[in-house]
Amino acid sequence: MFKLYFTALKGLSVKETNRYLRIWIQTLVPPVITTSLYFIIFGNLIGKRIGEMEGFSYMEFIVPGLIMMSVITSSYSNVSSSFFSQKFQKNIEELLVAPVPTHIIIWGFVIGGMGRSILVGILVTIISLFFVPLQVYSWSIVVLTLLMTSILFSLAGLLNGIFAKSFDDVSIVPTFILQPLTYLGGVFFAISMLPPFWQVVSQFNPIVYMISGFRFGILGVVDVPILFSVLISFLFVISLYAINWYLIEKGRGLRS
Amino acid sequence: MTYALEIKDLKKVYTGGVQALRGIDLKVEEGDFYALLGPNGAGKSTTIGIVTSLVNKTSGKVNVFGYDMDTHLMQVKLQIGLVPQEFNFSPFETVQQIVLNQAGYYGVPRKEALKRSEKYLRQSDLWEKRNVQAQKLSGGMKRRLMISRALMHEPRLLILDEPTAGVDIELRREMWTFLKELNENGTTIILTTHYLEEAEMLCRNIGIIQKGQLIENTSMKSLLAKLQFETIILDIETSGRVPVIKGYKSELMDEGSLSVEVARDQGINEVFSQLTEQGIKVLSMRNKSNRLEELFLKLTEETAVGDAHV
Repeated sequence: MFKLYFTALKGLSVKETNRYLRIWIQTLVPPVITTSLYFIIFGNLIGKRIGEMEGFSYMEFIVPGLIMMSVITSSYSNVSSSFFSQKFQKNIEELLVAPVPTHIIIWGFVIGGMGRSILVGILVTIISLFFVPLQVYSWSIVVLTLLMTSILFSLAGLLNGIFAKSFDDVSIVPTFILQPLTYLGGVFFAISMLPPFWQVVSQFNPIVYMISGFRFGILGVVDVPILFSVLISFLFVISLYAINWYLIEKGRGLRS
Repeated sequence: MTYALEIKDLKKVYTGGVQALRGIDLKVEEGDFYALLGPNGAGKSTTIGIVTSLVNKTSGKVNVFGYDMDTHLMQVKLQIGLVPQEFNFSPFETVQQIVLNQAGYYGVPRKEALKRSEKYLRQSDLWEKRNVQAQKLSGGMKRRLMISRALMHEPRLLILDEPTAGVDIELRREMWTFLKELNENGTTIILTTHYLEEAEMLCRNIGIIQKGQLIENTSMKSLLAKLQFETIILDIETSGRVPVIKGYKSELMDEGSLSVEVARDQGINEVFSQLTEQGIKVLSMRNKSNRLEELFLKLTEETAVGDAHV
């Protein structure tokens, strides 16, 4: 059975990868253009007037946040739209009738989301090299936070896809929840700059921990202790995985 | 004896209280070609949905080749190939990608999957279209693609939910030949269809579902034997005479067509004799409707009337 499951996982992952590569102009190009604009406008033009932040130029400070922002958006939207499209076109039934366990279904979609988001992250990093030189404080923390963030938001996208009943449902969450949380999660500023009350509020924003952890990996400065960031991200991953597993196993929105 | 499919007291109540299945018992022998018929909304698709894990059952037992669905779900799934009623493949993928993906989900290694994709796409005359996006195929090609996809893991039980809906007669006959060959090579086939001629031609055994209950489960032969009357249409040349056939219920439909109801024990020689005596020439003869169709309507009407009296 292990061989069967491995082949199934490989098949589903390849299918998901082919999907976003086939429509690369919709999946890979837009985040690169958007973040390039952020680099030019916020980093280059406005950033020069802001000066230093946490001991780094403003441009250097926002690079980790912008990479993370594109990773979050790409992983989330890849899985939510792919899963919902398959539900909508009914070709999710191919998976439901096949001997593919729920764990394999989840990982198949997550691998697709991770692949796209990491590819987008690499492209954004390459763009950032036109503005600032690459420096990495800790490769292991960079890799760990990148993987955990892409897994976490792929799982969040899957959850959205499970509940979604229309294409509107797939776009509402990124627009009204994910984007504000990302902007308020410390992409463009240090959380320590906020008034004490908002610093407490921001502790409930999971994106704060991802960006803080990744920024630590790149620059070596933190808003939140790195161990705490990793722990919180890990707890979110476990919780979302368990919820997705339960819902798919029960056939929520999939089986009548 | 191990059955390809064994269903015991299967019940399904949908959210909202609609009782789709009211306790179905069904056995399909290994190697059988079985027709599952019923009017729209009778419970055929729900039954198939439960067997293929697309619908959660409320209660009852489903065994496939001896594997209990509740305890050996993965083994059950491995035995079944499904050709659903609606096209449910990704329209943006190519024909070959679709069948290869399917093979992957069933654990068929890539090398073997490539071989099988050629075999089944050639059989269904789709090999030349292997690199074409599925959305660009014609309706008939899409149907054939669904069958090829279902065969990629070489299932022992193939379930076809109205596989020839919307397919032209020439292609339908090609598909019949293909399915017959598949069955002769050992694959058990369960077929639902609205073309009763198709069921009569292909299937050895038959089940009729009506309002969530199996009202008939027998061999095609014994079911057809239940037909007491058959209506035949004679194309005749009357030369102005009105035909009268003693002992038979007959009706002149128009100047050249006579409908005659013939009981099983009557035979039709007498009809010809009487018409010849009256100087009426019979040009041709045909059945008013398919025999199974007559029986099907009779059985389902009887159940509906029975229910109305309850």
